[in-house]
This record gives sequence, C-alpha cells and structure tokens, in this order.
Amino acid sequence: MIANLAFYLFSFILLASAVMVVTSRNPVHAVLFLILGFVNAAVLFLLAGAEFLAFILAIVYVGAVAVLFLFVVMMLDVDFSALNEGFQRYAPVGALVALIMFAELTFIAGTWVIAPAGGADRLFPTPDNVTNTVALGQLLYTSYLPLFQLSGVILLVAMIGAIVLTHRDRKRSLHQNITAQHARTPAQTLAMVRAPLGEGVALPEKQPEEETL
Amino acid sequence: MPIPLSHYLVVSALLLVIGIFGIFMNRKNVIIIMMSIELILLAANLNFVAFSGALHDMVGQVFTMFVLTVAAAESAIGLAILVIYFRNRGSIEVEDVTLMKG
Repeated sequence: MIANLAFYLFSFILLASAVMVVTSRNPVHAVLFLILGFVNAAVLFLLAGAEFLAFILAIVYVGAVAVLFLFVVMMLDVDFSALNEGFQRYAPVGALVALIMFAELTFIAGTWVIAPAGGADRLFPTPDNVTNTVALGQLLYTSYLPLFQLSGVILLVAMIGAIVLTHRDRKRSLHQNITAQHARTPAQTLAMVRAPLGEGVALPEKQPEEETL
Repeated sequence: MPIPLSHYLVVSALLLVIGIFGIFMNRKNVIIIMMSIELILLAANLNFVAFSGALHDMVGQVFTMFVLTVAAAESAIGLAILVIYFRNRGSIEVEDVTLMKG
C-alpha cells in the first residue's frame, strides 16, 4: 500500500518536473527540474526492484550529466529570450503530435497481454537468493562481458571526442619548449660589451627570439 | 510486484510524450532539445526496468545499463558540439545550423 502511494507520488513529481523542463523559460530552471525528475525516476527504479540502477541513475545522471548541462548553460552567454520566440507558434502542432502518440501508446498498452507460457522464455531469471547488485554483476561480467567492454569503449571515445572538440590551442599562454631551450647557444643570448670608463653603455640590439620560445 | 506493470507503462508513455512535445516546443533552443532527448531515453529505461521487474528477468536491467552509457556519451558529445558551435557563431539557434553546409 505504501509502495503504491509512493509510486503515484513520485511518478506525479516526475511528470510534473518533466513538464517544467520542457516549458520553463529559464534554462537553468529547466536543468534543475531535470535533476528533480531524475531523482524521482531513481525512486521509481527502486520501487521496480532495480536498486543498483537507481543509484547509478542518481550518481551518474544527477552527479555528472545534469551538472554537465548546468555547466554548459551557465558557461555559454546565450540570449535565451530570443530563443523562446517560436514558443506559441509550435505549441499546437506539438500538442497534436504528442496527443496522437500518447493515444497510440495507450491503445498498445491497453490491449497487449503477456502470454501465459511466456515465463519459460526468460533469458536470465532474477535469482532469489542474491541481491540485485550481485545478480547484475553476475550477468555483466559473464554473459554480457563483450557488450560491457564495448560500452566502456564508447565512453572512452566520447571522452576523447569531447576533449578534442572543445580543446583549443591558446596562442598566448606560456608553454615550455624544451627543444628550443636546449638549442639555445650563448651567441644568441649573451653579448659582451666593453664599457668605457666614465660613460654609460648602450644596450645592444636585442636579438629576435623564435616565436616558439 | 505490488505495482501493476500497466501503471509503469502509462508513466513512461507520458514521459516519452512530454519529451517529444518538448522537442516541438523548443525548436530553437538546442539545450532544451537535448534535455528532452534525455527525458525520452529515461522513459525507455523506465520501461526496461518495469518489464524486468514484472517478468523477473535480469536482461532488462542489463540493457538499461547500456542505454545509460550511450545516453551519457551522447550528451557529452552533444554538449561539446554545442560549445564549439557557440564559439563559432555566438548563438545556439538550431535553424542557423543549415548555414554550416558550406
């Protein structure tokens, strides 16, 4: 009973925050509502019995992806009021498409049943005597090991891609060029000046240094 | 399972529809569009997890894990593209992207 009540409460907050993500004028508010939605979705995962994924959702999404969104929204100096001008124009067609799609999904979900004998076709039934994390790990590190490794490769490619895309070579920053330092000779940097008595010394012409130094 | 599967399906269908509606509403703002895509993927994940719980099959949760991985990679790359696009053009309007066709 309490689980049902919690389900309705958290799914209501999830849907309300999703609506706020979509309709909010201020993108910072949208990101914050997205975080709220992810937390509530994590609770729904918990209620469905997927504890490990619930915490993964809370850690990875709330802790990393949503903060990444927040970072980008705050870093880019975007004029958001200009971006919102097509808001009313596209609302009717968007609502129409959404309504049609929801009606179709409801028809499918309403008429569809699980075959009674379908239980025999389970690929990996949930074990009863171990926790969810153990059960998930036993599958991920055995039967799904190639896919698991591949998802790691996907993350690596995404990381390298993001770094390569956003990295820019700052021309004005001070680098240490060790080759140029080692190639320096005293002739390039030192000038022997004979100083006459009682007179000043004119500074010698400074040699132009290499660009890379 | 105390909570029937159909309730989960309705919630995730609503979430998916809200995400699609958001793509239509915010035609110009790429950041909101990417958040809508995140909502759609979350709806798919919710379906996977709900079926996994209802059918007592672990494969749904394994798949959710992979979907989460791909979604995280997608948002990282997308935001990186957004940052360099903003650096080049000074705005993030989607309709201007066609100007990049050279």
